[in-house]
Amino acid sequence: MKRRFSLSGIVISNLVPIVFLIFAFIAVPLSGLSVRYLVQEIMTRLGRDSFLVLSLLVPVMAGMGLNFGMVLGAMAGQIGLIFISDWGVVGVPGILVAALIGTPISIALGLFCGSIMNRAKGREMVTSYILGFFMDGAYQFFILYCMGSLIILRNPELLLSRGYGVRNTVDLLGIRQILDDLIPLSVGGIQIPVASFVLLATLCLILVWFSRTKLGQDMRALGRDMAVADGAGISVARTRIIAIVISTLLACYGQIVSLQNLGTINTYSSHQQVGIFAIAALLVGGGSVEKATIPNVFIGVLLFHVMFVVSPMAGKNLIGDAQLGEYFRVFVSYGIIAVTLLLHAWKHRRELRDRRKAEDSAAVDDSRSEGAAL
Amino acid sequence: MYNRVSRVIDSFGWPRIIIAIFLVILFAITPIIGMRLDTSLSDMLIRVGMNGILVLAMVPMIQSGCGLNFGLPLGVIAGLVGAVTSMEFNWQGTDGFCMAVLFSIPLAAVLGFFYGWLLNMAKGEEMMIATYVGFSSVAFMSIMWLILPYRNPLMVWGFSGKGLRTTISLDGFWNRMLDSFIPIKIGNHFLFPTGTFLIFAIGCFLMWAFFRTKTGVAMTAAGSNPQFARANGVDVDRMRMLSVVISTVFGAIGMVVYEQSYGFIQLYMGPFYMAFPAVAAVLLGGATINKATIANVIIGTFLFQGILTMTPSVINESLKTDMSEVIRIVVSNGMIVYALTRKGKERKR
Repeated sequence: MKRRFSLSGIVISNLVPIVFLIFAFIAVPLSGLSVRYLVQEIMTRLGRDSFLVLSLLVPVMAGMGLNFGMVLGAMAGQIGLIFISDWGVVGVPGILVAALIGTPISIALGLFCGSIMNRAKGREMVTSYILGFFMDGAYQFFILYCMGSLIILRNPELLLSRGYGVRNTVDLLGIRQILDDLIPLSVGGIQIPVASFVLLATLCLILVWFSRTKLGQDMRALGRDMAVADGAGISVARTRIIAIVISTLLACYGQIVSLQNLGTINTYSSHQQVGIFAIAALLVGGGSVEKATIPNVFIGVLLFHVMFVVSPMAGKNLIGDAQLGEYFRVFVSYGIIAVTLLLHAWKHRRELRDRRKAEDSAAVDDSRSEGAAL
Repeated sequence: MYNRVSRVIDSFGWPRIIIAIFLVILFAITPIIGMRLDTSLSDMLIRVGMNGILVLAMVPMIQSGCGLNFGLPLGVIAGLVGAVTSMEFNWQGTDGFCMAVLFSIPLAAVLGFFYGWLLNMAKGEEMMIATYVGFSSVAFMSIMWLILPYRNPLMVWGFSGKGLRTTISLDGFWNRMLDSFIPIKIGNHFLFPTGTFLIFAIGCFLMWAFFRTKTGVAMTAAGSNPQFARANGVDVDRMRMLSVVISTVFGAIGMVVYEQSYGFIQLYMGPFYMAFPAVAAVLLGGATINKATIANVIIGTFLFQGILTMTPSVINESLKTDMSEVIRIVVSNGMIVYALTRKGKERKR
């Protein structure tokens, strides 16, 4: 990569963030929103979602692609939050207890997801994606039928009127924005969630440190070439499972952080959105299936949320229909994933073809003998 | 003896056996809990006919090595546009249905062409990209439904006079047109949807015949061993492209058939998850992600739709709760995950 260090090279490898930047420059004035409002929104959203997006980095490092299975972690976090709102634990202890409940659940789910993905090498992404849907069924079964009947919930306000099953929305009044307001700071009238940012910074440091440990190096080796790593004596299956467990665990904590900011859980849909948005944000920030860095995460969350805040208003002012902006937003979040995955697959295939051309004569002989054998 | 039994079970696949036994049990207990067996059977048959062609649309892409067609919503969209356009011109009855099919086929072919081109660019990552192509096209069409110039007052929002409604009734157009074509009625509660099944059978036959033509054989070869196919002069990319076009066209026709049986056209986010039941059904029928037969389609559709029809009614009746949604999610996605992991095992051998 280093030998082709040209302007066009930089543009091509950062095509997605650049397109989004241009979009932001056009759409922000169109939306007519004040800069102060925008900055405030972006601050809040950075604190809310970056943790979740960071949880995607470890599996990418281990060459497992984008972990759509992170929704499993989000489910674990939500289960923890439902329990603390039943027990009435409030404040910082509430968040800690929720994380404590979520930890074993997300480790178990991570082990499960990791071992499934080991059985589907080469198509981890689509498998983890469908696994998310599958576990959504299990989650619904647990929340809708087991909670309140097998597992006793004391707080009747949590339950559906039929006596068991959790309501569609759970208020998190006890821990609402507890983390964000822990260290209050406002600059020029803009609230800055200092504690959340401190937490994010810590996590980033841990991730940097982790990538330098033995385990982190093993994962990078796996990401580069699984066969070589296997030959070098790295336990492939085990390392991959650990990568997924870490990711699931971080997603669990990330979901808790994100929901304490929002203040309510949509019991049956909060976790579904998470996977799509986190992955779209990472890709928008210039991350790819093979390589994603911490700057990618923050640039991505920033740009993605600018689009998110701005596009309904821009749609309304431009065409006179807010619903259109809404659909546009959905279209962009899915479209961006499609396009980046496509670019990645295309690049990957071109590399393969180049490599094949290098071994051209050998390949021709191979295919001939293969054809003859058949 | 034990070996033979285990081999039969292996080839049939555990999930399929479990689901089949489950379905038989469901049917067996219907009379016990006081439901009519003939109504249940009839409901199941109608749903099989309704979904059959959509499931059939999975076959070409699996055979050509493009994997499971999670991008089925693209074909579905063509079917929706066809239906809406036919209604715009106020064609009713058989005319309306035929015009809907006729409108949707060329559109599906064009969309399929682009979709196939994308998938050829993305070999190895087809399924993931297909999913997102499907999703983003549904979102894109949601924008289009709002701004396309359809004006038939039966279809657009009443107060603004523009923008299609989320659900459009086919009453007075071609609601149940195929289902009530030479219906076979036994008693008051059993109705065999002859027309729908006729179309499904024709579709199956065409697909079966196609895979026996030279092109069809070449397509299968392109899927099962691309190098070998290329060495024998098969244009693999072209075969893949063709399979995607056929798949999308069948998706479009399947959607029009689905609509006439359902009685409504659902726009906007309606087709969003349309691919998943079809994918699950063909896998339940015993297809893998690189091989599917017509028998897989037929068996799979019966099993899957049978479960979908029977579980809500039986479980609601006996447990007094509605667990059908959860069962649907677990069965369909569990089936897909199982298939995705199974191929990995075969490759290791």
